[in-house]
Order: sequence, then C-alpha cells, then structure tokens
Amino acid sequence: MSTRPRTLYEKIWDAHVVERRDDGTCLIYIDRHLVHEVTSPQAFEALRLSGRKVRRPDLTLAVPDHNLPTTARLDGSGARIPIADPESAQQLAALERNAPEFGIRYITDTALEQGIVHVVGPEQGFSLPGATIVCGDSHTACHGGIGALAFGIGTSEVEHVLATQTLLLKQSKTMEVRVNGALPAGVTPKDLILHIIGVIGTAGGTGHVIEFRGPVFEAMSIEGRLTVCNMAIEGGARAGLVAPDETTFAYIKGRTYAPTGDAWNRALAWWKTLQTDDGATFDKSVVIDAADVQPTVTWGTSPEDVAPIGGTVPAPESFADPSKQEAVRKSLDYMGLAPGQKLSEVEVQNIFIGSCTNSRIEDLRAAAAVLKGRRKADNVKWAIVVPGSGLVKAQAEAEGLDRIFVEAGLEWREPGCSACLGMNPDKVPPGERCASTSNRNFVGRQGPGARTHLVSPAMAAAAAVTGHLTDVRELVD
Amino acid sequence: MDAVTQVEGRAIPFGRKNIDTDVIIPAKWLKTISREGLGKGAFETIRVEPDNIFDSDEFAGSPILIAGDNFGCGSSREHAAWAMLDLGIRAVIAPSFSDIFSGNAFKNGILTVVLPQEQVDRLLEVAQSQPITIDLESQSVTTPFQDRFTFEIDPFRKHCLLEGLDEVGLTLARDGAITAFEASQAQQMPWFAKGTGAAA
Repeated sequence: MSTRPRTLYEKIWDAHVVERRDDGTCLIYIDRHLVHEVTSPQAFEALRLSGRKVRRPDLTLAVPDHNLPTTARLDGSGARIPIADPESAQQLAALERNAPEFGIRYITDTALEQGIVHVVGPEQGFSLPGATIVCGDSHTACHGGIGALAFGIGTSEVEHVLATQTLLLKQSKTMEVRVNGALPAGVTPKDLILHIIGVIGTAGGTGHVIEFRGPVFEAMSIEGRLTVCNMAIEGGARAGLVAPDETTFAYIKGRTYAPTGDAWNRALAWWKTLQTDDGATFDKSVVIDAADVQPTVTWGTSPEDVAPIGGTVPAPESFADPSKQEAVRKSLDYMGLAPGQKLSEVEVQNIFIGSCTNSRIEDLRAAAAVLKGRRKADNVKWAIVVPGSGLVKAQAEAEGLDRIFVEAGLEWREPGCSACLGMNPDKVPPGERCASTSNRNFVGRQGPGARTHLVSPAMAAAAAVTGHLTDVRELVD
Repeated sequence: MDAVTQVEGRAIPFGRKNIDTDVIIPAKWLKTISREGLGKGAFETIRVEPDNIFDSDEFAGSPILIAGDNFGCGSSREHAAWAMLDLGIRAVIAPSFSDIFSGNAFKNGILTVVLPQEQVDRLLEVAQSQPITIDLESQSVTTPFQDRFTFEIDPFRKHCLLEGLDEVGLTLARDGAITAFEASQAQQMPWFAKGTGAAA
C-alpha cells in the first residue's frame, strides 16, 4: 500500500480492491447491498435462468418502498389491505418471493423497520462507515453521509453483485466541495445542497466522487449529511462523502446490525483513520461560503435551476449557453412561470414532505416547528407527510409531531418513496404545483404534467401555511 | 449480451442536453418485472407531441440517437436502456453521459459514443439527411460526406462488446480471488463480514 497522502475516497477504494487489472479497472468488493422491488426482479430472474446463487445473502438486505401505498396497510382486523394497482402488487410480490428464495433478509411492508431503503440502511446500522454500499437506486449516494462509499447501480449490476459480491469499476476522479463558515439561521442542509448543485451544475460532478468538507459539515447532524450526500447524484457525482467522526460513531452505535464489543472497538479504530490526509489532492475543488446560502427553491425542471427564495424567475436570455436558453424556455413553459416573476409569489396547491432526501426525524421536526399552531392555506388542496420509515414514524408520534401535522391540515402517512416519483398512488395532478422536499424536479417526475419546486422541510411547511413559496424566516424567529 | 461490431443507419438528430432517465422512461413504466416491451413508454413526454422526431416517418426505428451533454442523468433505472433497445436504438452519440447510464447502456450492448460538441453538431447536421456509421473495432464514426471522427472507449468494455461476453460469468471465474479477499477481510475487518446473519 502506498504511503502517499490519500483522500477518503481513495482509502475506502484501496481497502476493497479484490484485483487490479492492467488497464486500471478494479474488481471491488461490495460490503452491503440494499435491494428494493423496482430494480431487482429482472436480476433475480437472470440468476434463476442461469442457475446462479446469491454469493452473500448475509450482506444483502431487501425492503419494499417505491410501490407501497402510504395509506393504511392493515384493516381493522389486522389483515393486509390488498394493493389496488396490479402491476405494483406484482412487483412487490416478486420481491417478497425472491428474497426468501435466495436466502436474503426481507423487511416486510408492515414491519416497524420498513421504510425507504436509504433511510433503513443507516437506521438499522446495516450501512457502516468505510463500507462499499450499492443499491439499484441512484440515491444510494445518500449513505455517504455516514462516511460510506455508496452509489447507485443498474439492474445488470444488481445481478452482478448478487452473484459475485463485487463490481468491476474504474476509479472515479475526486472532487472536493468545501463549505466554509456557518449556515445562517433558517438555512438547512437541503438549501445548501440545492445551492451547491446550482453552483456546479447537474454534470459538475460527472466522473467524480464528491467529498463534502469543511466546518459546515463537521457541525452538521447525520440526518443533514445524509440529505446532502443524497443529492450528490443531482450534481452528477455517483457518490458523495462526509468523513465519519464522533457524530457518526454516536449515530451508529447500538443499531441493530452495528458491530458490538471487540468488533466495535476494532471498527472504531479503523473508522477514525477515514479522513482525507493532509497533502492529498483532489482533481477538482469548489469552495463555497456558507454565508452566501439562503433558503433555496427550484424554478425549473433540472435540479440546477435554483434561486434564493427572495429571487425571481430568470429570463432565458440571462444564460450564456444557447442550448441552456432553449432548455430554460421549455422549463418555464412546462412550469407555467414567466421571467421576472417573484418566487415568493408562486402559489402551490400541493405539499410533499418526505423522500429519501428529507424524511428523517430531524426533517419532520423542522417541518413541525413551522406548522405548530398554524393551519395550511385553503388553496393547498393536498398536503402529505410521509415518514422515511416505521421507526421514524413511531419516533415522530412519540414526540407528538403527527398531531401537529394533522391539526395543521396535513395528512400523516405510512412510510415509502411516495410522491417523490409517484410509482404508488401519491401523485401531483397535471398542471398543479408542489412544494416538495424530494430530490428531482424533472418533467413528469411527480406525475404527468406535475410542477415540482424542490425545497427544504421547513420551506415546505412554510408554503403549506401561506399557500405560496415563502421564506420560512418570515414565519419563525 | 449480443456481440456488437458496427451500428449503421439513420441517426435521430435529437441534440437536447441533460436528458434525464425520467424523460427516457417515466416511473409508471418501471412496474414491470420483465426487460421487454418498454419501447412504448420510451421518451413518452416528448412523444406526446404529434410531430415529434422519434415517431416521424424519417426517424422512427433509427438505430442511432444523437443527444446533448449529460445524457441519461438522474435515476439509475436500467429500464432506460431497455426502453431504448426496444425502440431500436443501438448507439447514442453525445458530448457526455451520466456515469450510471453509460454503464447500463454498455451492459445491454448499447454503444455510448462520446465526441466533442463541434463533432456532435456536425453529425446532427448530417443526420438530417444521411445515415451514419459507428465502427467499434476502429473506434470511429463516419458519414457519407467523408467525415471521420474517432472516439475513446474503455478497452475492457470494447472487448466485452466485440465478443458479447457475460460479465457475471467472467467475474465468477475469479472466485478464488474473491474468496481470498473475503478471508482477509474477515480477519482484518470482521465487522463487515457479519452482515445481517442471514444464511443461504
């Protein structure tokens, strides 16, 4: 092993090289594989057709999340309520059948531990610092928040990992996003990552793994770090990382699959070495002053289309690149917005608080703090809060957050991916707007014709109260 | 995977940047447990326009797509590659691709050809009236007007594509090395080997 200074990414990479080929491609060992119902059926089917087994079912964890309705799952007598959509039901049934057939632990849809795969992994202590983690879902980047090298894969790669517990990969380039200073009051990790994507663009991190560094991340909670790393993919990077530290270790300790006893001590000793060495270099570096970040919203159909809430909808001509001008024209047409329009005057009819980006307890607390003693505006027709897991839901209920949401006129739902991508019945109607704490404002993402404005949980709550995009700092001290 | 040596034919002069996989195949089409039949949902939000290029008499069924920067960004859904295959697309030419999409395309035998923007612009122009040829062996894109652009491709990927190799099979043949890694990791980092405790 070389002794030259290495980045965090390089350290995790080096610890997982099974074989290095002459052309630099490496066979990389995968420590943790999370499986959900959407991107796995074809992989299991391929294994069956070729008579192959899952190499390490014990390093694999399956949980349904994308298709599950977020309404009640059991009826009054405790019987499972059938899923109305036959295709969703078929896909969920396939996972429920495949997991035991291949010896994989499966968290059933009605279990307390069920939730969005990227909430479940860290929450169960299945995702660990320094681990290589994959899932057939691009928001696997999320787990970088606990200092794991985590990235999304396609179904062929799911099959490859199931069969071999490895992937053939070329090492990525390294990119540092350093945020100096401290986030101003009322500005959250979601605002920060939206701001960062606005700075680097949706292709800014392509071919790179981003390490988020600096005092802002050191002071940030694990929930916040998970939110930031979750959207590294929206900046083009397959993975994002925050170096594990005492905050991380305290978060992991005692969780279901976390190491204990001597294994914990040995793990901890290694985890403490997982920082970028002094003198290590990054292929690309971006420095941001936290003081420049404000509550941020998206106005277009790309996550790079961001502006501070105090801003206005930009004119297509204000962009230098002619193809971006054309894209902005199309975006504004789809979004039903005009250049110069104040973002704080954009009315919303729907509110979605949830998704693997923002459905953890801290997110729900932030939204509840704004909604407490208030009521949603009359023009807000549909407002749902979807906790990231059954455990988050139980914690929120223990804290009385569910009552705050319900008294404010919001619906308190069962865990799942929900209106982030609307594979289940939770969709935004065509032509209507949604202030959404999810991660993608793509055309049709939340339903055909749906218009998405990405925001933080506190900002979504503020929009629920006023009925339009709102600077949350006007509602709270 | 079927072997790929050459893709030749009309190329859809699409050209748009930042085409995400939600545009290539919307989420409602992901509920399938098969890889087949996704072409009907491919580029659905674009193809609702009656005069869209994908369904035009001239370009419907073309084997090549020419796109802008950052093609295939967003979701990791391999359904995007399956949908494009089902539509008849065997190669995409663009100035850049998202990392996950280019991997998914490769696994399905779709060539992702990276060329500089000015060469892509030239091909967009040629594609309006003429076919294009992509040759994997020589790593070149040629037109009837004697344009010849060369592209880079990872040597391992090229080899797999030319031979139509099964990557899972190749890696399974490295079982000895994987087993050795697992034994070493179990010694040095036993906390990783523990997992969920599930057994096959």
